[in-house]
Amino acid sequence: MSNFKIIRDGELVDDDWTLVPTDGDVPATGKIIVPLKLWLSARLLPSDSLNALTARQAPVGVWLDGSDDVSVFADSIATIPLIAINFPKFTDGRGYSAATLLRSRYSFKGELRAIGDVLRDQLFYLQRVGFNAFAVRADKDIADALNALKDFSETYQASTIDPIPLFRRRTALFAEV
Amino acid sequence: MYKYDAIDQKIVDERVAQFRGQTERFLAGQLSEEEFRPLRLQNGLYVQKHAPMLRVAIPYGQLSSKQVRMLAHIARKYDRGYGHFTTRQNIQYNWPELKNVPDILADLATVEMHAIQTSGNCIRNTTSDQFAGVAHDELIDPRPYAELIRQWSTFHPEFAYLPRKFKIAINGATEDRAGTLFHDIGIHTVKDDSGEVAFRILVGGGLGRTPILGHVIHESLPKQHLFTYLDAILRVYNRFGRRDNMYKARIKILVKELGLEKFRAEVEAEWAHLKDGPSTLTQAEIDRVAEHFVDPAYESLPAVDADFEHHLLESKAFARWVERNVFGHKKSGYAAVTLSLKKTGVAPGDATDTQLDAVADLADTFSFGEIRVSHEQNLILADVKKHDLFAVWQRAKNLGFATPNIGLLTDIISCPGGDFCSLANAKSIPIAEAIQRRFDDLDYLFDIGDLAINISGCMNACGHHHVGHIGILGVDKHGAEFYQVTIGGNQGFNGKNDAALGKVIGPSFAQDEMADVVEKLIKTYVSLRHQDELFLDTAKRVGLDPFKASVYDRNVDKDAAKNAAKPSGHAEAEVANV
Repeated sequence: MSNFKIIRDGELVDDDWTLVPTDGDVPATGKIIVPLKLWLSARLLPSDSLNALTARQAPVGVWLDGSDDVSVFADSIATIPLIAINFPKFTDGRGYSAATLLRSRYSFKGELRAIGDVLRDQLFYLQRVGFNAFAVRADKDIADALNALKDFSETYQASTIDPIPLFRRRTALFAEV
Repeated sequence: MYKYDAIDQKIVDERVAQFRGQTERFLAGQLSEEEFRPLRLQNGLYVQKHAPMLRVAIPYGQLSSKQVRMLAHIARKYDRGYGHFTTRQNIQYNWPELKNVPDILADLATVEMHAIQTSGNCIRNTTSDQFAGVAHDELIDPRPYAELIRQWSTFHPEFAYLPRKFKIAINGATEDRAGTLFHDIGIHTVKDDSGEVAFRILVGGGLGRTPILGHVIHESLPKQHLFTYLDAILRVYNRFGRRDNMYKARIKILVKELGLEKFRAEVEAEWAHLKDGPSTLTQAEIDRVAEHFVDPAYESLPAVDADFEHHLLESKAFARWVERNVFGHKKSGYAAVTLSLKKTGVAPGDATDTQLDAVADLADTFSFGEIRVSHEQNLILADVKKHDLFAVWQRAKNLGFATPNIGLLTDIISCPGGDFCSLANAKSIPIAEAIQRRFDDLDYLFDIGDLAINISGCMNACGHHHVGHIGILGVDKHGAEFYQVTIGGNQGFNGKNDAALGKVIGPSFAQDEMADVVEKLIKTYVSLRHQDELFLDTAKRVGLDPFKASVYDRNVDKDAAKNAAKPSGHAEAEVANV
């Protein structure tokens, strides 16, 4: 367990998960987030295997890049507690579509975490496409980043967190503004 | 035109606050240049040669007189007294200070304007026909759909970090005045078999380094599916568009690499999940937006106005202006007037604060207080009574924008070029001016007739040189500025569906040769044309050879001498990657 802070559901919390890097060692205990490749290879092993991953008591999450195909989760999505999408660079927008698909197409209900080059000024959009947790880049002020989640009070399009677009809500909203 | 409600206003106000914070954090060193860059670009702010350049959106080219006065105010207060209208219905200010930009955006927000997504790798300002809603050849007014697309694309969370910029244009008339064939997505508003509004969707067009005309991906998309279909296209592009090479990152390359059928299959597969979902447009929403675009209070007027006819006979200058700068209106007794921003000696598309204020006054007096901007970089008064045309002409003349040259050779489309833009290889404005000065005989210009010259200072093709009847592209040759010439490009289909990309005629030319080159090309055309044949048609009929012969034959000795003196001279043609 680390003292690293993340944003989860709009709050600053201690991160109770350990991120296993590509080709990194899997710790013996605790909640872990493993690379997609490792997760896939473990899943393919027979259930009675001694594979460390499947035998663990603690939950296992999985992380991937925005460029990876999220359809691999289609038939096991309900069993996954956490999916983290890595942004190698904050300007790589593929993770936004990956998140949208995970939430809308595959109905992922667990924690969806943005990792990698995660910065304050992208959080509002990340939140809208369905991320509910953000591991803000370590050199940045995460408390400051929290402010970005409230940059806008209204938005036009449908998205994961507002599945009904503004035009279907407008008449009702107009009275309140 | 569309008027913000409290929600639209709040969104723009909150954007100003957001950008103010981002600018403050950048100036305080909390945001690196790399981190700030996409943020400022998505607010239209470039770092340029002299100062930051701010590009303000004019959604689908529509402005009120109040907004134009604000544009004048900004030119005066924060810039050097002028602005530059671009080829994508934006206005650019070349001299603002970074620290003032949040204040400029705040001023713009007071008149329902913004600079949202005018640059960056996101969905840009949606453009349309400058005569939308008034054109005599219009099938369906595209403006309500352009506004719907503006709202759908504004801060779309999934598509803010695309592989590359993404431009949408929508056209609703017989003539394509929006250049829909060279946009990432082109949309034609049409009627389907049952008489309902539908959209012909084109995808994968674009100019730039690899000019390609768009392909029809959907012949007749029912209107309620507009957003879900756009979402499907954008999602396929966002996921699979190339990100390894910025020159291959536009959607046109993805469409080309996959092939249209494969690309369409991907879009259809994605759309199957989105179709009929919550983003399906409602008739109530279409009606709500369309209410903003109902006709102004036109008077019932006869088609013929005696005073107007009288002035036409009396004044040749007025008649010429009417011939070129007045466009047919759907309403009897009315006309649309184009105010030329192509006066010789003024950078194409530039307008001063005084001119902008004057245009606002003209609009208030003669055209229901509305102004349009064309992608040819001119201003339009869309609803002028024929009876008032003479008065409008007289005033416009005094203000310096009654040059009777719309669609003529001197109505040059040009990017700001190397005088301002840090991307440019070469200057554009002095080339435009040299050509305009060479062709100073109005009789000759009228005799030549329709002729589009487009000048871009670099491959990014902001001057749309590929679709100029004569296209001029600035290239860098060993550190010197040279110009490559293309012939036969055509931006619209004029009801004939003959949009085309120009063909390179050969080695590029030095700056001081350009007026000569254009003159020779025109002389060649004049000598070869059949009666009433336009340059474009002659060029199509006779091919490149006679034009090549006219500009290269006499240069052979000069070229040989140059190449002998400097072996790596400018002999190699910069071949456009068509």
